[in-house]
Amino acid sequence: MGRRVGIVGVGQTHHASHRLDASGMELIAEAVTRALDDAQITRDEIDAIVIGNMDHFENINYVDMWAVEGLGAFMKPVFKVTTGGTTGTTIAACAFYHVASGLFDRVLAVGWEKNSESDTQAAIATCANPVLERDPFAGAIGPLATEYSMYMKAYGATEEDAALVAVRDRNNALNNPYAHNRMKVTVEDVMNSPMLSYPIKFLDMCPRSDGACAVIFASEEYAKKMCPRPAWVHASVVRHDYTHFGDLEWQWMPTLERASAEAYKKAGITNPLKEFDVAELYLPASTTGVKWMDSLWFCERGEAPKLIRKGVFEMDGELPINPSGGVISTNPIGATGLIRVGEAAWQIMGKAGDRQVPNVRKALATGFGGCSWSDVMILGADLP
Amino acid sequence: MSDWKEEVEEVVFPGKICVPYTWTVGSTMSKWYVLMRDEGQIWANRCPSCGKVYIPPKAKCLECYRDVNDWVRLPGTGTVETFTVVHYEEPSMHPKKPPFAYGIIRMDGADTGFVHLIDEIEPEKIKVGMRVEAVMSEERSGNILDIKYFRPID
Amino acid sequence: MEKVAIIGVAQTKYEQNKKGNFAELVYEVTSKALEDAGITVKEVDNVVSVSSDFWDGRTISSMAISDASGAYGKDITTVEGDGTFGALYGMMRILSGHFGVTIVVAHHKGTESNMNGITNTAFDPLVERKLGLDAVSSAAMQARRYMSRYGIVEEQLALVSVKNHGNAKRNPLALLPMDITVEDVMNSPMIASPLKKLDCSPVTDGACALILAAEREAKKYTTNKKRVWMMGVGHCTDAFRLGDRDLSDTRALKKAASKAYQMAGIEPGDVDVAEVYDAFTYMELMWLEGMGFCEDGMGAEYLERGKFNFDGEIPVNPSGGRLSANPVQVAGLASMAECVLQLRGEAGERQVEGAQIALAHGINGMCGQSHCVWILGK
Repeated sequence: MGRRVGIVGVGQTHHASHRLDASGMELIAEAVTRALDDAQITRDEIDAIVIGNMDHFENINYVDMWAVEGLGAFMKPVFKVTTGGTTGTTIAACAFYHVASGLFDRVLAVGWEKNSESDTQAAIATCANPVLERDPFAGAIGPLATEYSMYMKAYGATEEDAALVAVRDRNNALNNPYAHNRMKVTVEDVMNSPMLSYPIKFLDMCPRSDGACAVIFASEEYAKKMCPRPAWVHASVVRHDYTHFGDLEWQWMPTLERASAEAYKKAGITNPLKEFDVAELYLPASTTGVKWMDSLWFCERGEAPKLIRKGVFEMDGELPINPSGGVISTNPIGATGLIRVGEAAWQIMGKAGDRQVPNVRKALATGFGGCSWSDVMILGADLP
Repeated sequence: MSDWKEEVEEVVFPGKICVPYTWTVGSTMSKWYVLMRDEGQIWANRCPSCGKVYIPPKAKCLECYRDVNDWVRLPGTGTVETFTVVHYEEPSMHPKKPPFAYGIIRMDGADTGFVHLIDEIEPEKIKVGMRVEAVMSEERSGNILDIKYFRPID
Repeated sequence: MEKVAIIGVAQTKYEQNKKGNFAELVYEVTSKALEDAGITVKEVDNVVSVSSDFWDGRTISSMAISDASGAYGKDITTVEGDGTFGALYGMMRILSGHFGVTIVVAHHKGTESNMNGITNTAFDPLVERKLGLDAVSSAAMQARRYMSRYGIVEEQLALVSVKNHGNAKRNPLALLPMDITVEDVMNSPMIASPLKKLDCSPVTDGACALILAAEREAKKYTTNKKRVWMMGVGHCTDAFRLGDRDLSDTRALKKAASKAYQMAGIEPGDVDVAEVYDAFTYMELMWLEGMGFCEDGMGAEYLERGKFNFDGEIPVNPSGGRLSANPVQVAGLASMAECVLQLRGEAGERQVEGAQIALAHGINGMCGQSHCVWILGK
């Protein structure tokens, strides 16, 4: 059996729509330096590095090779993984398996994106099958809008339910100095913002950001020495079951149901709503903050709007979701999933500043991307 | 079983990804390019920890992972460490029509090589170890071609 | 540490303008590799795919092949880079104790893309990209640096091409089996001096899959004859800018190789057959030196003496190497597949008699910036 793994350091850049003060390389260096400082180690103590982003956002082939200077990776083992929106959680998982395998003790995971450098939607559009779906059904908003309109029809959820999620995440971001969008908004603001693709409006949707995140994973032996309160990895599971958008189930989120069910089983979670103290979820639009709560088994299918209206997921609720402000506040795409893991780790480590949830023992982080794919990582204060 | 596969007319769709890009140059490289553009000068930077002099300049030292903040002006001369004469055409990519030469030039005053074009010499006469100097472009806009090319020093 | 075995392999025939889309190539090798291992997709619990958004002309290129790779309902991830790195991730996932039988699959259709344009995007958009550099012109500078440092001449590099294209005649999957002479190589058109057409590998289409399993499962599903053990592996990355390296130096490879040897508990002299990354002729010699098969700068001399020939002391690239078929990303995985066939005694006409330990090798980046070295054994 493999080794137990803990997160011992996290660093992220200050995210913004255009970080004109820093090249992609310098953004990476900023996040890496902060993670090394957070773990109180130097580059010499890193055994291997995993990096990821989405190629067509910056048009740099072999990013793992190009980034050596910023990563501090000179004469070290480097590895690149990429899976679209799930890239950030894919990086986290890859660093986790690096350490769990016993081949490396301290591994640096880095995700970054400088979305200001390209036309994000034009690049994303090329993810659809060029022969079948690229022309009629491409881009990130269309599929998300489609799934929520079907959810509304099936279960009576409303646009206001989504607006409540938008208000929660956006206002939470006021407590996060790293967040890209920090604005106080009301349900009216969200409802009155321009319609992008029915029923998703401007303030429901994630932005695209410039930013980077770095997370250091260590073996049990090192983690205990390096960190007073490491965030232990209890489970890492992904499901990327779909290849064509046309094959998806739209009324629920099958990959998230399957990935979370498997992860809960591995981590021994039977009542996720009760057992998790905080969740950092990759919710690319506020609508998913309604619908996907079913898929995470917080409630029966169709019951999520009730929980949202009751405030269960607010900062003072039973299970605070996205204290960081989440993805609709900050979205450097290749880093976005890793920021979820890093923020969840900081919550366990007690380092989340003004957005700290008290006494976090178990935290949930997710990733989303590709053709409605889902990644799940569970972290805990106790050894798994 | 799959005889129809032998008969089928295989259809191929042409495609092209058209995405515009703008790359943020960052403080270190911006300083380098501005000095090149406005002053016609070639600079390098030196790691305060190990003393290594880099061209193009580095934000972080490869070995020390320290910020590299000391700037050094280079004379713009150097020695050809290696070169190639390109004979194939890539008009959308290449700055010149072939045959033309690339070289890695070990710059005087720096500890690294510098990749650029070598010109004002018949390609077959270029030699490893040859001394060269940078020729600046008359019109400079803040990119690597503000150095027009390197030419032999006789 | 637990042991991991390769229990199934499959490759397509390597061709140009190959029929079939990415998913069809991946499906072909995935099903054949499962068949080779004598299992079905039900026994597999995770997939590592290897693909590149640049070569596939598609964002999230792994999306095109996730169903074809058998990933439905399973854990799948994607490595972007050479297939040797994909195999390494597969091994890590098994060693972590979280996974059992693992598919590693890579695909490439070079003839559907523009190799020079795509490798140009591997250069920094802030500096060298604007100069128009690509894999060929940068390799040419590395070749010249290596030759001038050690006094090697073009005819010596040509011998690598003669040997590998000749070896390819015994490999039915190779794209370019050829009977050629040093003169043929020397007279082939100059591409970027000192590299001529026959010093360079061809643009190639193809796919390759490996099935990996932990010891217990490997023994459950396969006979001893089919199992090949992953004995050692190492990877390491040098500086990005060509000028930050002495291009004739192989320090990253030396570090990767020594780690692989150490993990496997062997010396270079114990290797019976090697599949080395030879996208360009000079690379085979440089990398053989970096791996410790001879002293630095001596590769050409040993090649002339026949040490690396098919009937030599250490046969190198019996498959014909990348010079005879170079599907990027697939390349290193294909070299592992060839090693597996050699160790199983299934390499047909090109079988190296009694091979017990094999070395496979892949690189990422320009001019061998990053290396992954594998030691496989019976």
